[in-house]
Amino acid sequence: MSLDAAITTKVAPAILPGSGGLRGALSDLFWREPKLLLLLMLLPPVLWLGIVYIGSLFALLLQSFFLIDEFSGLINREFTLKTYGDLFQAANLDIILRTATMAALVTFASAIIAFPIAYYAARYARGRWKALFYLGVMLPLWSSYLVKIYAWKLILAKEGILTWLLAKLNLLWLLDAWLSLPVVGGNSLSVSFTGTFIVFVYVWLPFMILPVQAALERVPSNLVEASSDLGASPGQTFRNVLFPLALPGIVAGSIFTFSLTLGDYIIPQIIGTSRLFIGQAVYSQQGTAGNIPLAAAFTVVPIVIMGFYLWGAKRMGAFDAL
Amino acid sequence: MTSAVSFARVSRHFGSVRAVDAVDLDIVPGEFFAMLGPSGSGKTTCLRLIAGFEQPTAGSIAIFGERAEGVPPYRRNVNTVFQDYALFPHLNVLDNVAYGLMVKGVGKPERQKAAEEALSLVRLPGYGARRPGQLSGGQRQRVALARALVNQPKVLLLDEPLGALDLKLRENMQEELKSLQKALGITFVFVTHDQGEALSMADRVAVFNDGKIMQIGTPEDIYQRPKTRFVADFVGSSNVLPPDFVQRYSGQHRWGSLRPESIRVGSAASGDGVAARLVSTNYLGATTRLALDAGGLRLHAIVPAGTALPEQGEAVVLTFNREHLHLMDEPA
Repeated sequence: MSLDAAITTKVAPAILPGSGGLRGALSDLFWREPKLLLLLMLLPPVLWLGIVYIGSLFALLLQSFFLIDEFSGLINREFTLKTYGDLFQAANLDIILRTATMAALVTFASAIIAFPIAYYAARYARGRWKALFYLGVMLPLWSSYLVKIYAWKLILAKEGILTWLLAKLNLLWLLDAWLSLPVVGGNSLSVSFTGTFIVFVYVWLPFMILPVQAALERVPSNLVEASSDLGASPGQTFRNVLFPLALPGIVAGSIFTFSLTLGDYIIPQIIGTSRLFIGQAVYSQQGTAGNIPLAAAFTVVPIVIMGFYLWGAKRMGAFDAL
Repeated sequence: MTSAVSFARVSRHFGSVRAVDAVDLDIVPGEFFAMLGPSGSGKTTCLRLIAGFEQPTAGSIAIFGERAEGVPPYRRNVNTVFQDYALFPHLNVLDNVAYGLMVKGVGKPERQKAAEEALSLVRLPGYGARRPGQLSGGQRQRVALARALVNQPKVLLLDEPLGALDLKLRENMQEELKSLQKALGITFVFVTHDQGEALSMADRVAVFNDGKIMQIGTPEDIYQRPKTRFVADFVGSSNVLPPDFVQRYSGQHRWGSLRPESIRVGSAASGDGVAARLVSTNYLGATTRLALDAGGLRLHAIVPAGTALPEQGEAVVLTFNREHLHLMDEPA
């Protein structure tokens, strides 16, 4: 048999037959009706998000409009804004202001520390150094949160390594001077707001570095060159090009650091003073005090603050570069 | 007269790669200078050395007589039109154009007026409020040009600025750039790998290969009188003729070049000439390009469209005017 004959006898049809069976029929159906496939894929997560996630949040919101009966300790299921009014009592307002200030400071410090690291990773690190960067940033996230905080308690304690190191460097007077300051000071770093601040920054820093790095990664390096070419000094290039283009990343990172600090109740309980943060207030109101409505109202505070924060960021044009 | 840009034995090495290797170069003020070469030939690195994005490994660079080594880009009165334009995505067109004046501290009304004028110059008046993302490739190119020109640079550097445009737009922009350069009198240094672009726009052309300049001259020089096989081959794909072949026609044992359009193709019966065989024909619109085999030597000829052509594989006779046979400097 010649080669020609072999080719002509094996000639393929223009349209291939279906693979048959249920799978073949389903493949063809999904190809013809792509929206059906999309619906099937989205249904489970949407149900989860809609019912379990948003639903429970809504239930929480509902709780905050109820009021606890001070004598019986029972929840009075009638609509009232009185629980929200309780938030404005001096003690509660203190908690809110303290937490918001801490969250803002932690976010600010995280952004300042994260930017150079993220900048290096996005612009200079290649290959092995990049892998090392990711490892270095992620590694703390792999170990237990509680272990890290207790480790920090030891580091910051009066007998801890930090005090020892400063003593060796003859800089103990600096630490003592800082600790003698009102508000930020205390007996030792581990029982001061400064300690709480340091540990918050440590724990949330990766959540700032990664989005900023992702944002900087998307800035073409020739924009920096173009800015320099047009006469901008490195400082002007940072202010006019790099910072505005990294801003969406910084805002994304600050959403993490800000909201995580607003809601955390473990760090301020282990490290810091006995004054409460929102998370601790929620914890004690729903637990020992049994005042679910007030706990719910406290929980709404971070949501409202974040809402205003994002609205303000949008107004300032933080997302224009997206 | 001082040169606009002067390179003295300038090298730029990246590890063991000699991107630019001992280049001497003098660009005359007010001229349209093209750097032509294949990718990786060092032309773009030369441009970046002038802009200040790269520092020379050896040698010295002067811009209008002033030493430029160690001077950062932002202190050079030189502006660049980048290959992919590098417009700032977070600024509108007017702020993009006004950027250079803004960082120099020019007041807002003044710099916006200058930016408007620059936009009119590149025929984009009234586009100031748009974002770069809303513009077509050709419009972005003009904005990049306006953004550089508004600073009134001593030298304007253009890094393959027309590479991303389609043919029609590219031809328009070539003419516009040329007339703009004549009108403004600014020194233009233009990097391209497109020989047609270099020849049609530039006053002088430097042909680069392997980090070295192969030849500097007017477009006519480069095209008619290439000095080396590389230049002959790269600029307009001339026929490169080996020394033995050249000796038969000129008496000199040297490499030669012959433009494809200088070759006449006749039938085998028409008489004297180089015996050859037609390998293939390539229809190019206004002309037809013929691939020929003359006893193992591959030649190309370009004939006007409509010329009666022999069949493929047919024997033909090639003739040419001996004056058109150019002898190259390159040793045999």
